[in-house]
Amino acid sequence: MIADKVLSLEGLSKRFGSVVANDNVSLELYRGEILALLGENGAGKTTLMNMLFGHYLPDSGSVHVAGEKGALRPLALGHPQAALEAGIGMVHQHFTLAENLSAFDNILLGSEPLSRLRRDRSTGRAKIDQIMSDSGLRADLDIPVGRMSVGERQRVEILKALYRDVSILVLDEPTAVLTPQEADTLFENIGAMAKDGLSVIFISHKLREVLAFSHRIAVLRHGTKVGEIASADATERTIARMMVGAETPETKRESHEPGAPVLRLENVSVAGRSRRDSLSDADLTVRRHEILGVAGVSGNGQSALAGIISGLMPLSKGAMVIDNATINGHDPLTMIRAGVGRIPEDRHHDGIVGSMSVAENMVIERLDDPEIQTRGLLKRDAIQAHAEKLARDYDVRGPGVEANARLLSGGNIQKMILARVFERSPKLILANQPTRGLDMGAAAEVARRLLEARSRGAAIILISEDLDEILSLSDRIMVIHDGELVEADTRDRETLGLMMAGEAA
Amino acid sequence: MIRIEPRDAPSRYWSIGLPILSGVIALALAGIPLAFAGADITIAFGEMFKGVFGSVFAFTEMLTRATPLIFTGLAAALAFRARLWNIGAEGQLYLGAMAAVAIGSGAIDAPALVLVPLIIAFGCAAGAAGMAVPAALKTRFGADEVVTTLLLNFVILIFLQYMLEGPLKDPMGLGWPQSPPILDQGMLPPLIERMRVHSGLVIALICAVAAHFVLARTVWGFRLRAVGENAAAARHAGIPVNRTVMSVAIVSGALAGMAGVSEVAGLKGYLTADLSPGFGFSGIVVAMLAGLSPLGVVAAALFIASVFVGADSMSRAMGVSSFLADLVVSMSLLCVLIGGFFARFRLTRIQTAGAGT
Repeated sequence: MIADKVLSLEGLSKRFGSVVANDNVSLELYRGEILALLGENGAGKTTLMNMLFGHYLPDSGSVHVAGEKGALRPLALGHPQAALEAGIGMVHQHFTLAENLSAFDNILLGSEPLSRLRRDRSTGRAKIDQIMSDSGLRADLDIPVGRMSVGERQRVEILKALYRDVSILVLDEPTAVLTPQEADTLFENIGAMAKDGLSVIFISHKLREVLAFSHRIAVLRHGTKVGEIASADATERTIARMMVGAETPETKRESHEPGAPVLRLENVSVAGRSRRDSLSDADLTVRRHEILGVAGVSGNGQSALAGIISGLMPLSKGAMVIDNATINGHDPLTMIRAGVGRIPEDRHHDGIVGSMSVAENMVIERLDDPEIQTRGLLKRDAIQAHAEKLARDYDVRGPGVEANARLLSGGNIQKMILARVFERSPKLILANQPTRGLDMGAAAEVARRLLEARSRGAAIILISEDLDEILSLSDRIMVIHDGELVEADTRDRETLGLMMAGEAA
Repeated sequence: MIRIEPRDAPSRYWSIGLPILSGVIALALAGIPLAFAGADITIAFGEMFKGVFGSVFAFTEMLTRATPLIFTGLAAALAFRARLWNIGAEGQLYLGAMAAVAIGSGAIDAPALVLVPLIIAFGCAAGAAGMAVPAALKTRFGADEVVTTLLLNFVILIFLQYMLEGPLKDPMGLGWPQSPPILDQGMLPPLIERMRVHSGLVIALICAVAAHFVLARTVWGFRLRAVGENAAAARHAGIPVNRTVMSVAIVSGALAGMAGVSEVAGLKGYLTADLSPGFGFSGIVVAMLAGLSPLGVVAAALFIASVFVGADSMSRAMGVSSFLADLVVSMSLLCVLIGGFFARFRLTRIQTAGAGT
């Protein structure tokens, strides 16, 4: 099946300041091949793909792409347009969609000549419909992308790339926001398209899907390619070791009997701006020593659930009871004082003030604490000492606690948030997508801290789209779909996936 | 071909060097129209320099000019730090001035020790009220404060004209639209005998140092910065965002009102409709030039005041229009904005050799 070489990267290097993002990386891709690019965060996968696509200009090295006759020709570097013309399509991890335009307009954007005054919408629509039925990726073409869930946006991104008749498709973490079934469908369809000659490079963290759906795996570590392996010869263990360079610790669970209920939601409804941030008639109980996993595809009401527990959104019906006391009003401070620790979904947007120091971000939730201030005056030495202690205890690494929080890496930002939340020994913890985008080491640290809090007696609500994470950490699982929370009395991946898609019996 | 790439982190040197460089470049660019106007550039700049540093009087005139700019600059800087776009300092300045003459021109007869603080308090309160309204509209209804504060300037100016023709008109003013004078004991005392520079300058400097301290060292300053830098995260962390915005608005308005008090009770003695030659708007330039730092505001206000006073003096000496001052002020703002771009991004030249297209 694998024959002609369609793409060849030779000795690509890129450095940003003193950081070497890619060091002499070479990679080849063959017609009809699905190549998985693996590596921890910061290993240089996205940089490599951005050089291929012309977003970054490599410091050295070259790229050759097969032309129409199959002969490899050099690609003009640093020009996305050249990459597009050579038939390379890229779907970014961070979406590049115009939020105020419909999905349809987003897909067509840039592929229509500017000189045309009238738009031939029907041809475009027919072509998109064809792609949608071929690929199994569905999206409502007529609503603005800004009103779509993350998952839907991802699908629009992929459709947009497919619309451009690409022969090489690069997907940067394509399944991060899909249900297992959707992900499987996506890969099945990608597999079918690969049989028709499409060559695919996909970046992923999920070892399971890498093993199941790729033909070949290339592993990057610290900017260099540390190995390549045929997927048939690989196991999760071998590739994890290649990625990290060492064995990763297994997460250990102690067994605990769940204790008294900490949080009860009784018949709670939330009227959000749209259905995807609404909740209808939800009942939920979390107890001490218990992790409740809430599985679901993003945009099914998780933000409403997280919103009320964070104190950001009001209930429109029902009652929220913490430790037998009904919570009245919605206000983050009320929840913090009630002993709720919150790990926000979007840590950059809601978790940190990037241009304030790490030390300041570590005390931002306790400004009324007399350890931090007296009569409105900040105790700078105490704040500094507190930050240094937390950074040590929670292994927050970076340019120091005086530096701006935005200079930390994603994993260290999350550790900083963990430190801030866990140091107060909250009795209830809301962990919303706590490991999204983290490398394996940082994700394992998050899992360890959650389990530690569980042992201590905290009640934990873990909202995640990663079913593997839910299955490995949760004592009980609920599935959220279209604003409805349903208790799942199974741990079967297949059944849970169907429930996430709303097709449960 | 040239590409634009983001810099890793703007360095410290940039944040201090950039405004200075911008000021120098703006001055240099001002030489071009000066040359077109037929003036000898070296003599012109020499006259400008003399107009600021040539005598004690010239220097104190510059300080007098800088005083209201420090107040309005602080008003803008604090508000902008909280992402509250107060474009209404000009109107708040006049509200402060109106309150000052309403209280200080005979309504209350008290010794200086009572009357001066009273005038200041009322002036600040009036300015604060002028900014509290748009801030309330913003926090309650989401009304864009850029629009409301900007338009309120005109409303207040018209209200001022009405007051000067009506309730606040000086019966002894020979029909001129001006207020009665502030009582002698209500005036801010001058700093140096026979010079116009007055103790408003001292208050302005105290305000700048206080603002610097408050921003860095207090819970209120912490909240202000957090709300300004990332309101979503501040809200998530339990900081009362709307209450913080309201309190910043009140402080910002009070500072702008204080500019009016300082001008009317420190310098002019009575209120006319041309009390401020746009101090409220120049305050925005001052704040931007200062990088929104309160101590920077002092330096920037001194620079802008030097340009104004120096250009005035130069135009008198050489018969060139003093509009040059406005030109330098505007250009230094443009230079800062353009410079801010270069502080965040760098241009890299890339080889196009080998590019197929």
